[in-house]
Amino acid sequence: MSARFSTGLPTTPEGTRRVTRPLHRDWRYVGLVALGGACGSVARVLVGGWATYLQVPLITLFPGTADAVLWFPLGTLLVNVLGAFALGYLLEALARRGRETVRRRKIRLGIGTGVLGGFTTYSALALDTQELLAAGVPWIALLYVVLTLAGGTAACLAGIALATRTDRRRRSL
Amino acid sequence: MIEFSLLDLALFGLGGGVGAAARFMVDGEIRSRHRGGFPWGTVVVNVSGSFLIGVFSTLVATLTPLGVPAEVAHLVQYPLMVGLCGGYTTFSTSTVESVRLAQSGRLHLALGNTLGTLVATVLAAAAGIQVGIAVGAAVGGLSG
Repeated sequence: MSARFSTGLPTTPEGTRRVTRPLHRDWRYVGLVALGGACGSVARVLVGGWATYLQVPLITLFPGTADAVLWFPLGTLLVNVLGAFALGYLLEALARRGRETVRRRKIRLGIGTGVLGGFTTYSALALDTQELLAAGVPWIALLYVVLTLAGGTAACLAGIALATRTDRRRRSL
Repeated sequence: MIEFSLLDLALFGLGGGVGAAARFMVDGEIRSRHRGGFPWGTVVVNVSGSFLIGVFSTLVATLTPLGVPAEVAHLVQYPLMVGLCGGYTTFSTSTVESVRLAQSGRLHLALGNTLGTLVATVLAAAAGIQVGIAVGAAVGGLSG
């Protein structure tokens, strides 16, 4: 196609027809995100449920803090930090592979926006923080948000760093 | 340890799928209108989802006085909160967007996104709870 007729839209191996409609209005991609989001949400519930096991050793180690440990939303903290690491890794790894092909776009939207977006949550973070504040335990609320935001940011940076290292190793081979 | 039945998991999955699709569409619509580089789409999704989870958190308290059995009320409430709101809102995308803003040298926007989203979502959840309580009182008053 000559530059004179270029639409300015990114081309795909199948041609430009696929991208004439925005992705978020294309039902195939919306369905892919929904499928990923369903899987991610079920995984979040299961991991969150298993995380309550972690409270047992904490209470045994620090018997005086049993109330505080039981108040603490450990499951949400865990999924959010894990999800931030995974999304940081995924998006960096995809970006380093170069131009977005249809296959890479399906991975980005299905796994990134769908699975990892559904796996992590902001609404539970907000509601739990609000309830900890309303229950008169502002220090637990503060500890929770600091651990989530700092831990999430650090995990995301670690994911990006891991993808960078893996990519360098791949290129040097 | 919390045990989940297959019905619970199916409802969480259904809610999470609908929520994630709604996030994709809302974020895409906002993204296509604002090209300034600040992730307004994710902010709007997270704040509106936090408001909704606040409203839904009062659902059992609203439904049980109307004669709805507590088990049924919980069967409606948890998939809406954990599934729909949980799948609609996202922490991972918000974090990656903050890190990307910081990496591109816009540190004040990164901090604004991280702390601003937190404060706005907590306030939205508190507002949602108040709205839910008010609606519950109004419904209870009508039926009583």
